[in-house]
Amino acid sequence: MDLNALFECLGSMSCIVTQTSTGLIVGALLFLVAAGLTLIFGVLGVINFAHGSFYMLGAYVALSAYRITDNYALAAVAAGLGVGLFALVFERFFMRRVYKSDVLLQLLVCYAFILILDDVVKIVWGAEFQSMGMPKAFQQAPLFIGGGVVPVFYVYLMAAAGLIAGLLWFILTRTRAGKIIRAAAQNPGMTSALGLNTRLIYASVFAFGGLLAGLAGGLAAPVRSMSPGMGFSILIESFIVTVIGGMGSVSGALLGALLIGLIRSFGSIGFPLFVEGIMFLAMGLILVYKPSGLMGKGQS
Amino acid sequence: MSGLKRWQKDSAWAALALLLLLALPLLDPSRVVVDFIIRLCAVGLLATSLNMLVGYGGMVSFGHAMFFGSGAYAFSLMLQKTAVSVPVALLTAVVFCGLLAAVIGAICVRLKGIYFSFLTLAFQMLLHSIIITWTGLTGGDQGLTGGIPRPVFIGIDLSKTQHVYMFSCVLAVVCLLVMRLLMQSPFGYTLRMLRDNEDRAAFLGINAWRVRLYAFILAGMFAGVGGVIMALFVSGAFPDFSYWTMSGEAVFMIMMGGIHVFTGPVLGAALLQIFNDTITRNTQYHGLALGLVILLFTLGFQRGITDVFKGWRKWLPAANKGGH
Repeated sequence: MDLNALFECLGSMSCIVTQTSTGLIVGALLFLVAAGLTLIFGVLGVINFAHGSFYMLGAYVALSAYRITDNYALAAVAAGLGVGLFALVFERFFMRRVYKSDVLLQLLVCYAFILILDDVVKIVWGAEFQSMGMPKAFQQAPLFIGGGVVPVFYVYLMAAAGLIAGLLWFILTRTRAGKIIRAAAQNPGMTSALGLNTRLIYASVFAFGGLLAGLAGGLAAPVRSMSPGMGFSILIESFIVTVIGGMGSVSGALLGALLIGLIRSFGSIGFPLFVEGIMFLAMGLILVYKPSGLMGKGQS
Repeated sequence: MSGLKRWQKDSAWAALALLLLLALPLLDPSRVVVDFIIRLCAVGLLATSLNMLVGYGGMVSFGHAMFFGSGAYAFSLMLQKTAVSVPVALLTAVVFCGLLAAVIGAICVRLKGIYFSFLTLAFQMLLHSIIITWTGLTGGDQGLTGGIPRPVFIGIDLSKTQHVYMFSCVLAVVCLLVMRLLMQSPFGYTLRMLRDNEDRAAFLGINAWRVRLYAFILAGMFAGVGGVIMALFVSGAFPDFSYWTMSGEAVFMIMMGGIHVFTGPVLGAALLQIFNDTITRNTQYHGLALGLVILLFTLGFQRGITDVFKGWRKWLPAANKGGH
């Protein structure tokens, strides 16, 4: 533990800016993954344990797309759409068959896919660490804000995540599709009785959640090194985020993700070996005092 | 059947199984069989203790290997760092696992269904990362190497494979018998009632949280014994013991063997071990192969092997319907 370093950092503007921007980046990417996880849970009532693998797949698809097209925006879009499509297939042929089954079977189907996808990535892209490198468009001098260094890419990444968050909020609260999704989450039987195809809704929500995870993987590709199995730690983190924010709540996921992002970046200065411990501590406290999460609606 | 007869019958089966296991090296003294059985003792305890939660309690833990790993580390560390005897180290390891399970369980058993699964998984990853980062104590990702001292006690010398074999068999069979008796006791039936109808149990004045916590602690301790056997077998402890894939395999073992028959998980453990040994000899893509087999079982058969036999038995006229 190094509390002096933490206080020293909190005393200097430049350190605060640098750490905050790092924390926001971590939080933004985490939000995209957690939003899909929480959306799928809110509507379908299942937790997609393979969600981290979707993120991994997104990063690798983006890597390949970038190497082919040399266009980062295109690569990120390809990652989102590609993984979204994969999630659709996964839902249609595998997950759908165990919705009504025991948790045990849902868990095992996802477990099987985590194992399979890790090995598929190994076969297609190789087992060693890979990195995309910073795209040319972002290879500029970093910004200096209040003495702190903020890479240009971070600003774009935050803007992209903010845009997606806004879009998500708009779709869920202001459009007909959003209304249908919320209705299916609240009362699937009634929604189905009103003539809406709940199977289709489930499939679309699952695919959309996959798309978000893939997009997150694609967006993260320039700043993260890739390896098979990289999806697992983000799965655990996004689970912690959804517990803190409240299962099924997208705004809660945003709050939780930013919180975890900041805990990670400042915690790595103060308690480098205990960062994960602090995240768990935060989760444990929330679970004890408000089991439904910060923005949850009583489900526990 | 009266309760007394049943426990006598279970004990007789256990004694017979132990006798057969101890006689096995006389028939086939090859190292392969001995190694296989020792590993099976360890993993079988992991799977059966997990089934106390999953099959009997309806609590699908996805982090059960954390107690397996804790048992292995606690046992090895006790022998390496202190001068205690093997039984004391064993006891310490089991008590440590029980305490750990009490703390983690107190938080986890409040939750149900998939929440419980995920939370146990998350705690397991916390424990795993502690093992990885606390290099000074645990050896980090290299694992706890250097071998463990095995002082001789009451004529048992655990540096001999033969003695490790007998020790493991006795330990595993005794633990299995105790678990079986526990599950046939009023406690076991309370656990089943909580699985099937929690409201009714609550009306009868049962404190669900407490019963589940006890089950969680007991399961953790038995998994710890499994870890101790594994530590003896590999002469140390490795972070992989408490990694999530180990828990995933344990969950698959009990699903494959069948969760409704007490010995199903042991059968599942044996099958998965044979499968793993075959796969790793033939391909490096172990995950891919295992994943496909899991999909075959979960989506194809949708139940375990002993469940299939149980289904058949129903059709036999004068079938002896023991168990549950």
